[in-house]
Amino acid sequence: MTQEDLTITDPKMTAHNVNVFYGEKQAINDVSIDVGTELVTAFIGPSGCGKSTFLRSLNRMNDTVAGAKVTGKISLDGEDIYAPSMDVVQLRARVGMVFQKPNPFPKSIYDNVAYGPRIHGLAPNKSDLDGIVEKALHRAGLWDEVKDRLQESGTALSGGQQQRLCIARAIAVDPEVVLMDEPCSALDPIATAKIEELIHELRGKFAIVIVTHNMQQAARVSQRTAFFHLGTLVEYGKTTDIFTNPKQERTKDYITGRYG
Amino acid sequence: MTFNAAALLLLIAGLALIGWIAGRARSNLLAGRAQAKLHSRPQYHGWYVALWLFAPAALFLAVWSAVSPGLITNDVLASEAAKSLPAFGFERGAILSDARNVAQGRQEAVRIPAAAPLVAPYADATHRYAWIGIGAMLALALAGGLYAFTRIKPDFRARTRVEKIVMLVLLLASLVAILTTFGIVLSLLFESIRFFRLVSPTELLFGTNWAPTSGAPQDDTFGGIPLFWGTILIGAIIAMIVAIPIGMMTAVYLTQYAAPRVRRWVKPLLEILAGVPTVVYGYFAALTVAPALREFAVMLGIPNASTESALAAGIVMGVMIIPFVSSMADDSINAVPQAMRDGSLALGATPNETIRQVLIPAALPGVMGGILLAVSRAIGETMIVVMAAGLSANMTANPFASVTTVTAQIVKLLTGDQEFDSAKTLAAFALGLVLFVVTLLLNIVALRIVKKYREAYE
Repeated sequence: MTQEDLTITDPKMTAHNVNVFYGEKQAINDVSIDVGTELVTAFIGPSGCGKSTFLRSLNRMNDTVAGAKVTGKISLDGEDIYAPSMDVVQLRARVGMVFQKPNPFPKSIYDNVAYGPRIHGLAPNKSDLDGIVEKALHRAGLWDEVKDRLQESGTALSGGQQQRLCIARAIAVDPEVVLMDEPCSALDPIATAKIEELIHELRGKFAIVIVTHNMQQAARVSQRTAFFHLGTLVEYGKTTDIFTNPKQERTKDYITGRYG
Repeated sequence: MTFNAAALLLLIAGLALIGWIAGRARSNLLAGRAQAKLHSRPQYHGWYVALWLFAPAALFLAVWSAVSPGLITNDVLASEAAKSLPAFGFERGAILSDARNVAQGRQEAVRIPAAAPLVAPYADATHRYAWIGIGAMLALALAGGLYAFTRIKPDFRARTRVEKIVMLVLLLASLVAILTTFGIVLSLLFESIRFFRLVSPTELLFGTNWAPTSGAPQDDTFGGIPLFWGTILIGAIIAMIVAIPIGMMTAVYLTQYAAPRVRRWVKPLLEILAGVPTVVYGYFAALTVAPALREFAVMLGIPNASTESALAAGIVMGVMIIPFVSSMADDSINAVPQAMRDGSLALGATPNETIRQVLIPAALPGVMGGILLAVSRAIGETMIVVMAAGLSANMTANPFASVTTVTAQIVKLLTGDQEFDSAKTLAAFALGLVLFVVTLLLNIVALRIVKKYREAYE
């Protein structure tokens, strides 16, 4: 990895020499990376390369996996997120996450979005909460489709709508970083296009990190791309550079479709 | 020579074994000689022969065992010696059975002198029919075996046929339970109808005075409400107040917090609790819990505190039901997708908030189904209430007082010397029918809820 590619002066999150283990098995090997505040960063790589594992270590979701261990240093605004003083609940409120498969709670659309603001006490009264829910649904591009049926179950929506509901749910708590773990892999092309459009609109409001299998998607939505292979970070740089002028042979082979 | 069904069954089983060996050998031989590929493996040919040998003969044996005593008696009655028998009644039957017992070697000598001349005809007839039966059976076995044996050819589809028979046997086995249930329901129904001819259904279902054994039959009253109330108080209220919170908390702990090692120990231990015979819970309720509760009640100054209290029975029953509730809740919580839990945690919810606000609401339908099943078990539970709840039919909300339940009354009505045509005995069947209908409805509703809930996550 070459440092001169990085033009990030004010990183939102930095990872330094990070290793992740699942029991005996090492899933991530010595990864260092900076995530820019106003950028969309894409993690690409073949299945099992560790990109999702690394993403999940950015908001400590790996804590829920028995036997998972993270070494090295990951910081958010310079604060070590694995330090004992860091409260994991507060961390996750600042670093939100959207999952591969849409996972709305079996509650109403309104309650799905209001869930985070409620548990964090962000809305002192009902009208504030209504405002937060409406704003989040607007930002997620879902408001016009659901404004007349906020009390219907979130699970009754289509797959694409469910995923946008999950994005609305994640941004309703006003996080600083939004992690997206292959958010379109369970969606059809039209729903995918909507999510990509949404990512464009959210850029600048949140630091966004997206894991994707789809290289065209990475090229379309991101400004920075990191290529992972076998648990290591092979190359990280501007998306245009990675796709037009990769410096590493492995990156070139992958993006030209020789493996993956 | 008598007709000994068990020995004959053994005999045809032995023949079947020979048939199996012969069938297998023949198919091997054919395959070897014709150099042809067998359609079925040799042992299927063996089984085919054995089944043809065994099944018709065994069926005949069963039929013959049922029919031959009647034929023997008919023969005896047709003989000269039977002319002097009394025409009807108890005496005639006694003489005949006396003679039969002597003739078939179950008795040394006749006890009724009139039976003596009948012994010889009985012995004759028994002997004759035994030979007929054995001969017919052996002929059937050999015919079946030969038929099957001659059909063996390399391309004979023995496997398909044997498998069809095996399937038939499995089907019959599964029908046994269903038909038994059906039979039980019918017998309950018929006895209940007899009861409802004597006492109106409205009295049983809505009457408030339960006094089935007041002495004079015309004073007996069969108002079931006190029993139903007692059943609900113990099984659906007190037991559930104990079992639901403890069972739920157990499930939450085991699924969300317990280390895998703890879970490995605690789950089997809970299952052992479910395996304790209910009569043991009964002692525990009657000898330990009930007296302690009475002392406690007396200390508090509660009137009518009895050593047989609804509370003692209800608490112990609740403890008995805990593993049931916890394992249903455990399954339901585990069935909530991990993604749901992750989604909540990723929003910065604490594990506690995640459990209370996401997991339990999502698991609730399944848990409700489990609770209904638990209620249906609790209201059908007998031993604990018989031993600890008492038999006096009180309509009281005081949990320290003695109440009675439907099951306890059924036991009371049916134990001891009873005539099977009096209203108080028949009342047991009517109560059983009510209990059966209620638990059946509860089970149907519960299973539907559980099923619907399962579909939601698949």
